[in-house]
Formats: sequence, structure tokens, C-alpha cells
Amino acid sequence: MFKLWATIVKDFRVLVRDGVGLALMFLMPIVLVFVVTDIQNSTFKMINKNKLPILVCNRDTGESGIQLLETINKIGMFKVSNLPKNQNEKTIADAMKERDALLSIIIPANFTLKVKAKSKSVAGKALTSFGLQADSVQKNVGNVDPLTLYYNPVLQESLRLSVKGGLQSALQLVESRETLRSLYFSINEKQLPASLEDEMLNNKATINEIPVSKNGSLSAPNAAQHNVPAWTIFAMFFVIMSLGGSVIREKVSGSFIRLKTLPTNYLVGLLSKQITYVIVTIIQAVVIFSLGIWVFPLIGLPGLNLPSDVAGLFVVTLVCGWCAVSYAILVGVFAETHQQSNGFGAISIVILAAVGGLMVPTFTMDTSMKTFANFSPMHWCLQAYYGLFLEGGRLRDVLGNLIPLIIITLVFQLITFLGLKRKNLI
Amino acid sequence: MALTEPLAVDIENLGFHYQGDDGLTFSGLNLKIAKGMRFGLFGPNGAGKTTLLSLMTGLLSAEEGSIHLLGHDIKKHNKAVNKLFGFVPQDFSFYQELSPVENLEFFGAWSGLSRLQIRKRTKELLHILGLEAVRNKQVDKFSGGMKRRVNLAIGVIHNPPILILDEPTVGVDVQTRHAIINYLMELNKNGTTLIYTSHQLSEAEGLCEDVALIDDGKIIVQDSLSELLKEHRQESLEELFLNLTGKAYRN
Repeated sequence: MFKLWATIVKDFRVLVRDGVGLALMFLMPIVLVFVVTDIQNSTFKMINKNKLPILVCNRDTGESGIQLLETINKIGMFKVSNLPKNQNEKTIADAMKERDALLSIIIPANFTLKVKAKSKSVAGKALTSFGLQADSVQKNVGNVDPLTLYYNPVLQESLRLSVKGGLQSALQLVESRETLRSLYFSINEKQLPASLEDEMLNNKATINEIPVSKNGSLSAPNAAQHNVPAWTIFAMFFVIMSLGGSVIREKVSGSFIRLKTLPTNYLVGLLSKQITYVIVTIIQAVVIFSLGIWVFPLIGLPGLNLPSDVAGLFVVTLVCGWCAVSYAILVGVFAETHQQSNGFGAISIVILAAVGGLMVPTFTMDTSMKTFANFSPMHWCLQAYYGLFLEGGRLRDVLGNLIPLIIITLVFQLITFLGLKRKNLI
Repeated sequence: MALTEPLAVDIENLGFHYQGDDGLTFSGLNLKIAKGMRFGLFGPNGAGKTTLLSLMTGLLSAEEGSIHLLGHDIKKHNKAVNKLFGFVPQDFSFYQELSPVENLEFFGAWSGLSRLQIRKRTKELLHILGLEAVRNKQVDKFSGGMKRRVNLAIGVIHNPPILILDEPTVGVDVQTRHAIINYLMELNKNGTTLIYTSHQLSEAEGLCEDVALIDDGKIIVQDSLSELLKEHRQESLEELFLNLTGKAYRN
């Protein structure tokens, strides 16, 4: 026990004197958590609070164009600015740049005429099909000219589709209103009362959004709940920059040779490194979670809510940390130089993070990528954390994620052991 | 040479070659070093000195034959036999981020000493090797000579009966060399067997009683230095060395 204790003390001393390694393990992930959470939160706010700036060039002179504009405003997703009627593609592009707008639409010149003609025709057809006498049904009135939507290519496809859906709804509302009015007028020979029109068009059923959680909590997860666990995992795996280097340093400096000639098995050294660095990963998690809970709200970011099962959170953090440390030792044992360890270590972590769903959720990946995700330890770490942080689960709910993670960790340990044997290091 | 006394090192029919290498090979090598001896192993670069020391310390495994340290077969006793010797490698084999005291604490524990024994030996060694003033300073700030002394202190912290030294004075000033050699003589007086390699042959002349010359994986001669000089009619170890190993460059 004394040997193990002395080795742990030695490893801690070496670690705290490695300023660069400490910065990489603590500072870099903290900055990353802040930046990514802030960016994602801004995106969320842009859509839900800040509103997307949109320029509208209304070439129509009738009421349908104005109604469409009002409806677009009511969607609540856009901040509408009007452009003069005589804009062309070039001037619209310039205006978008000038006003920092990602979107612009043109309402065609004869929009009202076409909408009215189409509505009259549809109403007439409807009356005829009811067996009633329609005034005069124009059979081929043609379609309403399309709205033109200009967008900045930086706009993500998902956001663009959401914008298109919003505009489509606005358009449909304008057309439906006109059809209703025509129909009502044809039957009653008077205008549709505003109150009835409003009741018919605006009395829509609402959508009640409820997050599905295991503990029955109804609080919606925020950007912090998503990002803090994800980047904490990333930070844990980044111990490779210090730990991998520490293993290499021992090999290169000749300490390994001396250790091999002493009456102690090097496995004591490996056990000490695991204990030391697992403690480091737990400290990383405590620091990052604390920042999420107490510092995020102070700087306008959503605060992190800890899961109700704190003991479960500790166990998940412990297993994730152990896996990260095992991976770092594995790379350190097989790499011959610092450059190899740092280069391979950093790149492999980014790849494992990407495949594991830290950057893009795995549910958006195609089937083959989803299969690969199962081999990334970070995927299982993330699923276990999400089970606690987002789904309100307890430890027993995330055991299905911890078991594959433990298996991967044991595989890392086994390969490390075989590598040490092969290299005659134990 | 009294080979009937208990042997510190007894190597019999040693066979070894590096995998995938056509170079150095040991075949049927025999070497006996008496207990309490100051033994020097010399040879040109690539002759096999470091390889032989690595085999003695268990860093490499022999394919054939046996190596006994104080009667213990190093293959059979595995790690337990490592208590019998201290090793001072040519490279600085310690943690440069740590101070001398911290290095001695750690290596002392790995050498099987208790907390109390480590404290006592650390105090003694820092005093003997003149490292008291820098006991808590990080070793990476030290001069080459100071680092050599730390390297030596770690090798002897557990008072090993056999001390194996691979060029312990390389790159140090005269004062440090003098201090190290004096300390080694002191250790030997107290019963420690010294096994020493170096290219500093004048230094070795003063230190070693018995010597062996090795070349191309073979022990060319082994006897007391005075006998060898007399037998080969040479004035110094360097002359003897050149006479027996030639003057051609070695790679």
C-alpha cells in the first residue's frame, strides 16, 4: 500500500508541475463549454426570442399582400423590414448584406388578383359540388404566382425548412381566408363578418409540448443541459494530453528503466496513474458542473440543473473518467514520442467525439455511422449523462449505457497490458 | 582472485541475441564476480557492456544459460532478486520535475523501504553527496554534476549489496568525479560489490581491482588489473585496452 501511496503522491506532484497539461485539461474544456453553450444558446434565442430578420419586397398593391405581411409578422419568428417595390435580385442581395438579413421574400405584383381569382374559382367549384348555383365559375384561373425566397447560404437547411414551413402556413391562411369570404358571399350575398372569420381561421388547436422524462419533471432541457455533460466528457478524454505525455516521458527519460530494475511491478505505477487521473477527471467534472450551475446564470446563460440522482451522477462520472484514463494510458504505452501521443491523442478524441454524438446528435446520423457510434466510448458516456441530465433517470436507468462503457474500458486495459508485455515493460 | 568465496555475480553459458538483428550475440558467455569486489567491465562501443548489464539487471532476458546474483537465479526470483542490486544507468533515470527528496521518497518506496528508512537514508545521502542545500529544488534546474549525484543517490538508497554503474561519471567536472569515486570506494569498504563500466580508463584504474574486457559479445580477458598488466606487459589499462581490442573505429 505504501508503494502505491508513494506513487500516487509522485504522480500528483508531477501533474501539478505540468502547467501546460493542467491548462489543457482544465482551461481549454472550460472555455469550450462556455463558448459552445453560448453559441447554442444564441441560436436558440435567435429563433425563439431575437427573431430572424427578413426583408419583404411587396410588389402587390392589393389587400392579400398586406394580409400576408401581417400573417408573417404574427408567426413571431421574423423581424420584418419592408423594401421598396422596384427591387431586383441584385439590389435585394445588397440590401440583405447591408441590413444583415439572412432572408428576403418578394410578393409578386398580381398576388391579390390571383389569390382572389383562385379563391373565387375554388368557392364556385365547392358550391357546384354541393348542388348549388355558383355565379360564374372560371375554370382555368391558373395558380397564384410563387413567392420568391432569397436566403443566405450560411442558413442551415433545417432552419431554412422551418422558415419555408412558416411562410407556407402564412400563405395558406391568406388563401383560405379569401376562399372562405368568396364562399360566404356566394351563399349569403353579404360579407363574412369579421368575428366569424376570425373564429373560423384563428381558433386553432394549440400544441402542448411536454419533455418526456423518467422522473416526471416537466422542465424543458436547455443548452446547458445538453452542452455541459457533452463537453465534460470531452475534457475527461483530453487528459490524454497530460497522461499520455507522462507515460511517454517515463519511457523516454529512462525512469522506466530504473523502475524495471526495482523490486516493484510496474502495474503499481499504472494503477497509481489510473487513480490519480480518475481523481483529476472527477475534479474536472466538479469544476465544469459548478460553473454550469453557478457561473452560467451570472453571464446570461441558462443554468445547469443537476440530476436528482447525485450518487448516480458520481458513478457515471467515475466510469467515464476511468474509460478516458484507460484510453490515455493505452495511447501512451503504444506511442513512441510526445508528438505521436499528442497528435494521435487529440485527433482520435475529436473523431471519437464526432462519431460518439458530442458534436452532432447520433439520431441524425445514417445507419452505418450509428453502428460506428457504438464503438466510441464517448457515445456511451454521453448517453449515460443524458439519461441523468435530460431524461431525469437514475443510475439503474443508465446501466445499459455503463455496461458497454465498462466493456470498452476493459478492452483498453487488456490491450495496454498486452502492449506492455510485448514491449517487455512489465 | 578467490572464486571459492560466495559470488556476487555468476553468469554461466549465457546466450542472447537481439531480435531481428544480425549484430551483437552472446553465446556461452561466462563471468564470475566475487562478493565485495570492485569490478570493471570495459570494451569499445557496441562491444556488449550495456547489454550485459541489462541482462544482469533483468532489463533483458537471456535465451540460454543462467545469471545468479548472490546465489539467486534472476529468472526464478523475478522481482524479489532486484532488492539485491542497485542500478545507476548512464541516463538520468529519475523525475526531473521532482526535487531530490521527492525522487528519493518515491524510488525508496519502490525499492521496498519503509517511510522511516527512506527518511533516514535520504538525510544521509543528501549529506554525503552534497545535495542538502538543494534538497527541495526541482532537479531540472540542476547542473549535470548535481544530476549525476542524484542518479547515484537513487541507485544506492536501499543499501544494495551489489551496485551496478553504467558510466556514472560521464560529463561531470573533476570535483564531482572525485566525490563520486570516493563515495563508491567508501561503499565498497562497507561490503558493497561494485560493477562498473566506463570509458574513463584512468579513473577506472584507481577504482577497479578486477577487470574484464569485452568485445563483440565475448569476454576477452578477466583477471585482477595488476595481473593483466603484468601478463600483457602493459603500463596502463588504456594501453592494455588498445592492445587487446585494436585501434580501429567502432560503430
